Amino acid sequence: MSTRITIDPVTRIEGHLRIDVEVENGRVAKSWASGQMWRGIEQIVLDRDPRDAWAIVQRICGVCTTVHAIGSVRAVEDALQLEVPLNAQYIRNMILAAHTLHDHIVHFYQLSALDWVDVVSATKANPVTAARFAEGISDWEGNSRAVMFDTQERLKTFVSSGQLGIFTNGYWGHPAMKLSPEVNLMAVAHYLQALDAQRWANKIVGTLGSKTPHIQNLAVGGVSNPISTDSQSVLTIERLMEIKECMDKIGSFLHNCYFVDVAAIAASYPEWLSLGAGVDDFLSSPEFPLDTKGTQFMMPGGFLHGNDLAGFKKISRFGDPYFTDGVAESVTHSWYTYKNGEGELKPWKGETTPAYTDFQDEGKYSWVKSPTFYGKPAQVGPIASVLAGLATGDPKTKLYVDRLDEKVHSLSGPKITPAALNSTVGRHAARMIRACILYENLQANWQLLMDNIGKGDMTTFNKPTFPKGEIAGVGQVEAPRGLLSHWVVIKDGRIANYQAVVPSTWLAAPKDHEGRPASYEVALLGTPVADSERPLEPLRTIHSFDPCLACAVHLTDVEHKTAVKVRVL
Amino acid sequence: MSKTVVLGIGNVLMSDEGVGVHAAKALVEQYDFSSDVEVVDGGTTGMELLPVLEGADSLVVIDAIRAGQPPASIVRLEGDEVPSFFKTKLSPHQVGLSDILAALAFKGCAPGRVVLIGVQPVTLTLGMQLSPQVEARLEDVLKLAVEELTACGHLATLRT
Repeated sequence: MSTRITIDPVTRIEGHLRIDVEVENGRVAKSWASGQMWRGIEQIVLDRDPRDAWAIVQRICGVCTTVHAIGSVRAVEDALQLEVPLNAQYIRNMILAAHTLHDHIVHFYQLSALDWVDVVSATKANPVTAARFAEGISDWEGNSRAVMFDTQERLKTFVSSGQLGIFTNGYWGHPAMKLSPEVNLMAVAHYLQALDAQRWANKIVGTLGSKTPHIQNLAVGGVSNPISTDSQSVLTIERLMEIKECMDKIGSFLHNCYFVDVAAIAASYPEWLSLGAGVDDFLSSPEFPLDTKGTQFMMPGGFLHGNDLAGFKKISRFGDPYFTDGVAESVTHSWYTYKNGEGELKPWKGETTPAYTDFQDEGKYSWVKSPTFYGKPAQVGPIASVLAGLATGDPKTKLYVDRLDEKVHSLSGPKITPAALNSTVGRHAARMIRACILYENLQANWQLLMDNIGKGDMTTFNKPTFPKGEIAGVGQVEAPRGLLSHWVVIKDGRIANYQAVVPSTWLAAPKDHEGRPASYEVALLGTPVADSERPLEPLRTIHSFDPCLACAVHLTDVEHKTAVKVRVL
Repeated sequence: MSKTVVLGIGNVLMSDEGVGVHAAKALVEQYDFSSDVEVVDGGTTGMELLPVLEGADSLVVIDAIRAGQPPASIVRLEGDEVPSFFKTKLSPHQVGLSDILAALAFKGCAPGRVVLIGVQPVTLTLGMQLSPQVEARLEDVLKLAVEELTACGHLATLRT
């Protein structure tokens, strides 16, 4: 006998991601990941001016606004072979680094920590013991007795007033929860402090991008921030110093809190370092360009098969043919149809013609297409990025991987090897390691910008001119969830085709044209499920990917619906 | 001085889903406000809105709403009627208003007064325009928002 569990938190009209698993003998035996909404947003930019596309496509997605904007301008610049002034590269790099830091902090604390942390248990903790434990593993300023008492009081107020309603959908008391009440209390304190840390990262994006949530400062050919050392209305030294202050605050939280909490979760849940492995081929983009042409980078990217670090193949520049020749998408199990049958199409030739059937286990079951790299699915995201760093001998990557390994070891946890990173908790670890690297890159770009302004270079924009005839370009971004690429075809100065191959497409895809599953489906296989009414364990694995489908519809819903459906087969 | 934030949220690429953003833009274009009012285009973002809402004494949200009403109906919810809970979710896209309000409450800095002006969508198809039916209700939505501001003691003057 097996049990089918459907996790579909939203109704069809609104739908995002639906996960189906069949559980046999307490473990997931079959899995399906399904995007529940039509991804045809690219059609909105057809026939528009390529210079306007970025402002439109950043509305594709409520979480990844900034990276879609950057991907779009890079695609048009690649098509035009347009160089980007150094100041503009540095400013974009800082926006991307700060945006990704924001994402990673929010992801760990606000979106997934409560998969591991039992909030209700924290009300029973001894705050003195909690503070002693927390201060024993980190000298973070938010670990004092006063903080633990205050956090617990706050929590108890919620419980006693019945307001814990806000946490009612959590899986409190679930048998898979392993932390002591004191560690749970420490984590709840950090949950609250993370709300402040994410705000500093967001402030950097807002200051540089002129506005947040949706930045306003991009332009094909650079950025629209005029730089001046004295004027009020533009990017001044004073504003750059404000950014420096925000950076310093994030650094302290990152190293003393986020880093230590991830180590504590890894040490407390060692079995999750061998559960939840995704596809064993990894793909990442180089990021943080340091020259005007996009050929030198701070972070490496490329393709890696398994853990064969020596066989790593580098993507050496934006628009590298090794990358553009490798990417294709199929729709065999997606609700689309291609004019010439069921094979694969390159994104520049991509088609988005809907062909909805019902959810068919063996047939079509998702609005997400199936991207492949040279014919096979690949895992994108923080693991791919960290492994690329290890493969190329990047000293920053090695430093933080080693440091995490030492910390987990000091907490009596298992070894953090490259292979262990491809797991549910390993994904959180890789994301945190990447956050530390991003933080260094953010600081470095700030310094580069200051130095370049100091040399008297105030240029931020190169004017684009569009030729007659057809050109095509790709915009790569190593986004929070992994490799993002925007593909544009421009004809006589207007957009003739546009495709965004988003990170979650690589990860959440249905099976490809040859029946090979992508990372969500692979990672779910073998996951234990203790209680099918409360499928915490599959959620842990899916959450570790930071799932995000490129279409944000989020009506306020007053007709509450249950998110989990269980059926005995 | 008490501060009020008017927050329009939604996805402008999906027709009526973007009604909140359209309304926020129209408010700024058509009215002058006293300095204690902030009108924000929140788009489809989630936690980025926390700093915007932290300092607010009152919050007026304009959003598309699923309330089981006929298409293009306008619904007004207040206080506890506005959902404020953490939902079981798979994706950060599902970090909605309810989660942000819950996080603010947990932090101890939720706005004292929350009003939601909701519009039941006619269509959510791809497109940057509102449906004609919802477009026709936009003026009513603006009037309701201005009434809320007046009730909170703020000044809102129609530009001539």
